[in-house]
Amino acid sequence: MREFGYRRALDVPGAVALLDGDPDARFLGGGTNLVDLMKTGVERPTRLVDIRELPLDRVEPAEDGGLRIGATVTNSDLAAHPEVRRRYPALAQAVLAGASGQLRNMATVGGNLLQRTRCGYFGDVSSPCNKRDPGSGCPAVEGEHRNHAILGASAHCVATHPSDMGVALTAFDARVTYETATGPGEIPLADFYLPVEETPHRETALPPGALITGVTLPPGATATAANSCYRKVRERASYAFAIGSVAAALDVRDGTVRDVRLAFGAVASRPWRAHAAERALTGAPADAEHFAAAADAELAAARPLPHNGYKVTLMRNLVVACLSELAEEAAR
Amino acid sequence: MPPSTSSDLTLSVNGEKYTLTVDHRTTLLDALRERLDLTGTKKGCDQGQCGACTVLVDGRRGVACLQLAVAAEGREITTIEGVADGERLHPVQQAFLDLDGLQCGYCTPGQICSAIAVIEEHAAGWPSAVTGDVRPEAGPPALTPEEIRERMSGNLCRCGAYVSIMQAVARAAGSGQGSEGAAA
Repeated sequence: MREFGYRRALDVPGAVALLDGDPDARFLGGGTNLVDLMKTGVERPTRLVDIRELPLDRVEPAEDGGLRIGATVTNSDLAAHPEVRRRYPALAQAVLAGASGQLRNMATVGGNLLQRTRCGYFGDVSSPCNKRDPGSGCPAVEGEHRNHAILGASAHCVATHPSDMGVALTAFDARVTYETATGPGEIPLADFYLPVEETPHRETALPPGALITGVTLPPGATATAANSCYRKVRERASYAFAIGSVAAALDVRDGTVRDVRLAFGAVASRPWRAHAAERALTGAPADAEHFAAAADAELAAARPLPHNGYKVTLMRNLVVACLSELAEEAAR
Repeated sequence: MPPSTSSDLTLSVNGEKYTLTVDHRTTLLDALRERLDLTGTKKGCDQGQCGACTVLVDGRRGVACLQLAVAAEGREITTIEGVADGERLHPVQQAFLDLDGLQCGYCTPGQICSAIAVIEEHAAGWPSAVTGDVRPEAGPPALTPEEIRERMSGNLCRCGAYVSIMQAVARAAGSGQGSEGAAA
């Protein structure tokens, strides 16, 4: 591991200032991904600015009736929060589906959004990887890609974003707030992750040196969000990354879909909002046939690789299962 | 000027203060084992995947291999050496002994620290990934074997002593609530 400086920040402007314009400085939250990547040499920061003591550890009502989640709220505290469980149950479920109890106690909301792909080539510094070493190539395209992307990838990178939390946040139209040396800013989570195209090393739209301060959930579709769920498929029963996941929220009146939110995990370089499926389903009968048709509308854009075509069927089945469960719940 | 790459710090472990100088690259796990001679906390994978290095940080379980020692300053660390009350074992330790919740024993300190926290997290009403209804109105889930397995999934046991580990956690949880052995 490369040697590095360490400073602890006590307030938000102080944290931003402590970066000192150093492009190789990193903010340290829970460290569950960053410290791991430093051990393997994937991350080689010159200095760490520890942000765990910043006053960003609260989940609070937002002025507009939504919910504001501080960047250093731990996964555990987020998933245990009564308002999250009551108003956005898919978010609590998504967080609980990720990692282990130990890691959820350490990991933070801001860090979750900025965690790196678990693509094996990315994590192995002896391999080429366009994300880690731009222009070096992508061995996954013709190599080990059983768990890689089927949507929105490019010939330059087929890695997936590993977050569960982010999938639920995407379904709920979350916005990311941040602070820079020149003031605060906000980005819808939908625009937070950049398209892969030819620059997989450029992952987010955060300005250089920006500190994520929190995530805001809008009150918008409160009735829909309250009837929501997260389903995750993985290769063992617990403590594994998804091979496919769905966050779904559904508002049904008289057997007709009034409002629906769908986001997919582990199929793209970012949490994938399924707009085509939502459009196909809004106003349609809330039954399995139409749920499947909506999934197909989204998955028509899928471009699976030789070894991950199973994900297309998996995602279709997940969408039908999730929405059927929610339709049943709505009918009670 | 390049930043300093080491720090003087004070760690608070099992109620005792230790002052030391660390290279910033030192993990809490290595500081405990190599600098403070607290070798009860075990190094398994050193990548946050096995749970052998589980300790309590400010009362919450975490893996010591992915925490930097310098970032642990100001926090109260409890290791396996600090969970008993003098000569009286912690109820979780006693349950692991009584029910053979181990074979080789290497993962046991982490299993026990994790289980202590699992029982507290459950008592605080935290749901898990196998909780049917996470809404607070549904009330706290019973600590069933399925719930224990899910909540303990961050602790691997390569001997495969999971059956008795699960029973030991259930026993300890039950005794903690005054209904000895009933939870299994």
